[in-house]
Amino acid sequence: MSAPEFESLTVGDVVAERTFDLSRDALVRYAGASGDFNPIHYRDDVATSVGLPGVIAHGMLTMGLSVQPVVDWAGDPARVVDYQVRFTRPVVVDPTSGASVQVTAKVGQLDAEARVARIDLTTTFNAETVLGKAQVRVSLA
Amino acid sequence: MNPELVGRSFPPTPPYLVGREKVREFAAAVLATDPISFDVDAAQAAGHADLVAPPTFAVVVQQLTLDQLLADPEAGIDFSRVVHGDQRFTFSRPVIAGDELTATLTVTSVKSLGAHSMVTAETVIVDDAGEHVVTTMSTLVVRGDE
Repeated sequence: MSAPEFESLTVGDVVAERTFDLSRDALVRYAGASGDFNPIHYRDDVATSVGLPGVIAHGMLTMGLSVQPVVDWAGDPARVVDYQVRFTRPVVVDPTSGASVQVTAKVGQLDAEARVARIDLTTTFNAETVLGKAQVRVSLA
Repeated sequence: MNPELVGRSFPPTPPYLVGREKVREFAAAVLATDPISFDVDAAQAAGHADLVAPPTFAVVVQQLTLDQLLADPEAGIDFSRVVHGDQRFTFSRPVIAGDELTATLTVTSVKSLGAHSMVTAETVIVDDAGEHVVTTMSTLVVRGDE
């Protein structure tokens, strides 16, 4: 897929938006795929024993899915050259109703010399952000 | 947590062979839809040798190094109390199916914050030619008794 044109971008543009519905099954699938078998991501008794409200999504699952709208916009996962987040709030995944996570991706900064766009992500659950300083650097050289 | 961990490096992990099906499995798990992570023809049409892993795939290799840290009795980290504080990936090139990756973790910081402690580790991931692929930075928060 062709890359977005660097010259067409303006700071503040929303380049992608998506809603992800997470189930407990998605957490088990992510545990297997990633090798992170921390039981706080599949056992309520363990999660509550360490002071969490219940089973929470792997931070890395939230990070991994939040970049996907940007990958699709960029047209190739190889165009992502740097990606960072802080995990600020847990995403609590209800055993029956799951959790709905919304992602908005906006142009945060443009480096014309390197032709790198910094895309800032806002990822929310229950109307509160769950990631801080979520920044994706996309090379459009 | 043991503050003397700072600066400590662990031995490089055994080579991790990035399998096509693992890339597909991981891509499905992070709800990726880009065909370049699923379809070899699409990846090659985009100029890649094979499937391109999603940006956060390197966590699979990083996990092998974090397992070394968590298993170290000198570190004294209770796995069930660990939550992830922050994470970063900085790429020289993407991870491609067929890569053989070796990872080396170094503890860069240990801090206490009230009852909690935080350990930051950097994992440098190189290919079988020793060329840099990606560096991951991860902060783990170990929750204390409240």
